[in-house]
Amino acid sequence: MTERGVAGAGLRLPPLRAAVALAVAGLSVIPLWYVGSGLATAGGGFVDLVWRPRVGELLVNTVSLVVAVTAACLVIGVGAAWLVERTDLPLRPLWTVLNAAPLAIPAFVNSFGWSSLSPRFAGFGAAFLVTTLSYYPLVYLPAAAALRDTDPAFDEAARSLGCGPWRAFARITLPRLRPAALGGGLLVGLHLLAEFGAIQSLRFDTFTTAIYDQYQAYFGGTGATALASVLVLLCLVLLVAELRLAGRARLARVGSGSRRRPVPHRLGRGRLLAAAALLLLAVAALGVPLGRIGYWLVVSTSTAFPAAELARATASTVVLGLVGAAATTAAALPVAWLVVRRPGWASRLVERGTYIGHALPGIVVALALITVGIRYVPALYQSTTMLVVAYVTLFLPLALVGLRSALAQSPPELDEVGRTLGVGPGGILLRVTVPLVARGAGAGAALVFLAVVTELTSTLLLAPTGTRTLATQFWSESTAIHYGAAAPYALLMILVSAPMAYLLTREARA
Amino acid sequence: MTKGSISAVRRLLAVTVAFTAAAALAACGSDASSDSAGDPTLVLYNAQHEEVGQAWADGFTATTGIKVEVRNGSDFELANQIVAEGAASPADVFITENSPAMSLVSSKDLFSPVDAATKGQVPAQYASSKGDWVGVAARATVFVYNTDQVTEAQLPTSILDLAKPEWKGRFGISPSGADFQAIVSAVYALKGDAEGAAWLQGVKDNAKIYRGNSTIMKAANSGEVPGGVIYHYYWYGDQADGGANSAKTKLAFLGNQDPGAFVSVSGGGVLKSSRHQAEAQQLLAYMTGAEGQKMLADSKALEYTVGNGVAANPALKPLAELGAPTVDLNTLNGPKIVEEMQRVGLL
Repeated sequence: MTERGVAGAGLRLPPLRAAVALAVAGLSVIPLWYVGSGLATAGGGFVDLVWRPRVGELLVNTVSLVVAVTAACLVIGVGAAWLVERTDLPLRPLWTVLNAAPLAIPAFVNSFGWSSLSPRFAGFGAAFLVTTLSYYPLVYLPAAAALRDTDPAFDEAARSLGCGPWRAFARITLPRLRPAALGGGLLVGLHLLAEFGAIQSLRFDTFTTAIYDQYQAYFGGTGATALASVLVLLCLVLLVAELRLAGRARLARVGSGSRRRPVPHRLGRGRLLAAAALLLLAVAALGVPLGRIGYWLVVSTSTAFPAAELARATASTVVLGLVGAAATTAAALPVAWLVVRRPGWASRLVERGTYIGHALPGIVVALALITVGIRYVPALYQSTTMLVVAYVTLFLPLALVGLRSALAQSPPELDEVGRTLGVGPGGILLRVTVPLVARGAGAGAALVFLAVVTELTSTLLLAPTGTRTLATQFWSESTAIHYGAAAPYALLMILVSAPMAYLLTREARA
Repeated sequence: MTKGSISAVRRLLAVTVAFTAAAALAACGSDASSDSAGDPTLVLYNAQHEEVGQAWADGFTATTGIKVEVRNGSDFELANQIVAEGAASPADVFITENSPAMSLVSSKDLFSPVDAATKGQVPAQYASSKGDWVGVAARATVFVYNTDQVTEAQLPTSILDLAKPEWKGRFGISPSGADFQAIVSAVYALKGDAEGAAWLQGVKDNAKIYRGNSTIMKAANSGEVPGGVIYHYYWYGDQADGGANSAKTKLAFLGNQDPGAFVSVSGGGVLKSSRHQAEAQQLLAYMTGAEGQKMLADSKALEYTVGNGVAANPALKPLAELGAPTVDLNTLNGPKIVEEMQRVGLL
């Protein structure tokens, strides 16, 4: 260890960490292998399945939705974060909570709420509105946290050197915001690629809805894999794009600087306007779905509160959510460490590989795990363990994004100081790294919990027989159009998720 | 880093360990429950309405003492799951909402032959011609229409009318659903490939595309689209649930052996891989027998019974009066139909 290049290149790799990271990467290869082997079966027919007008339609739909919604989430998320954190907007604590709260409302419940207002609520505009309202907090939260953590001294130094307020924002604040906001934007994009529940009833077809249609056509399995392969390519484009845009600037600093609140920008008459805009956002993202749930409870004759059933579904949802969150965060830590502390093509490949499971529809990932699971680990088939493995495959990026930016903000020199004091690599991980990234890990774990609560397909196919979660029961009742019976499950999903969404605002504030 | 956050991390770690242990225990528990030679527990993969599958399972346990675990999912999910599981499938019995899911499993030779006595309980037109599954319930195709926008005189007399110019943009279909694919199959089978292809193109040009029957019904109710092709029980179910999504609509039965009067069969079969063949056959016999079919008639699912001598729910127009066309269930929604629908761009 005499020479070192950028951020510790050439250092020895702790074997345990490398092994876990490789195992995680192996998991993410399973869906990829499944899609690949499906293509191999299709052989030459593959070209006919991919090269047809319908696929062109789907490509236009999917790409335009991903681009438009990601852009809208970035603008709304960063804009709202700036208003809340850096201006003299009234009622700050209220807006902090209201901007995280949409995460507690499952996207498909939001979609049911909006589309039950009018069947005319359909098409691109509808899909755009619903998914933007559901996902913009994924950008808002990291952006708000980054704004809060940025020492105002940077900004003030820039101002004292003659930068105007906008120039200081563009040259000092925005670059520090960029990795956080883009990480959130990447999650939004990946969510959209795989989103089924929220747009399935909006008469707008994407690759994912079309993949479900192909499976529903029973003998369309190869058609489904063909479409999934295009989806994998789109995911790769997103991953490379985010990498290019995120930049390589060092963000870590030794010493915490001052955490004082910066002098807020005065909005003047704009204060009321800004508050009104945020209120409108909250009504659209929270008021509409909650209002519709209330309406169903009152109007529908199927409304019922089977207490034992509800309690059982709630309990299994919460336990699966907690276990899934813990396991996913634990699995993400070595990967995040590897990519931040030992950058290089290999660690980059492992990290980027884990995003693929998140961009594929749940049914593809579930069938891939079934095929592999029943063949190689039959004892674990349809056990809670296997379900948790599925959650890790699906949701690792959610934990990874928070961990990665937290690690990037903590200086590697601290590890080195620890080593000079005689602590081994494992001890450094537990005693230095983990405490430093605890906040990022907590935020990631909360996101995974929220995702598990609303997960449907993998839970249906891989959970132990007889498991009922709030999401599976909601679907079961709502597809039988017993909206009144479905409403209590939706309400409970929101109640279970609310503390986590609140935790996310705390994590970001600490 | 403050002391507080370190102890928070310790707590997090402790919780992680505790829950992972709990998960491992739960996993062991569920594995242990599945099997012991003397006292078998059957696993039912249920793609039928949850309440129907559960009622059958509970009734069967009450009669025979044999426990049944129910795994719920949709037709396509569970059928594709069984195919992926292959010979190692934990399922003993599989029941569906529509026959194409049965045909998929049947095409992979994963079903055992159905006991002769059970086959005797269900008319042959509601069972697989291969003898490897039988009908357990049925649903009828109907044309739902908004009474303000369509008069009885304007109703289509055949599903073939929907390809004509006067219906352009005036009806909804759900082409991803097994039912619509079955109708396409029926048109091809009854009218030949050439007429079938011309009709399919006409429908593609005319129809408004929805996903799911209930969405179509709601759209017709609100007047967003004057009519649509759905299954009967969505309408009856909503009428029984207050009618919020169907009050302004009525159903038209096309009858006369028209492809649009197609009756879709929900199937049940015993998996070849089941280690409890005798008990699994017993469950299938129970579901199609008098007691099981009576349960179906009394449930709020409002599907048709198919077992001999058990009448359907009296709210429904009787099955025998529907004038359904005769179609070989095993040829429904085959690869050819999927290719045709992919060709015109409906899939």
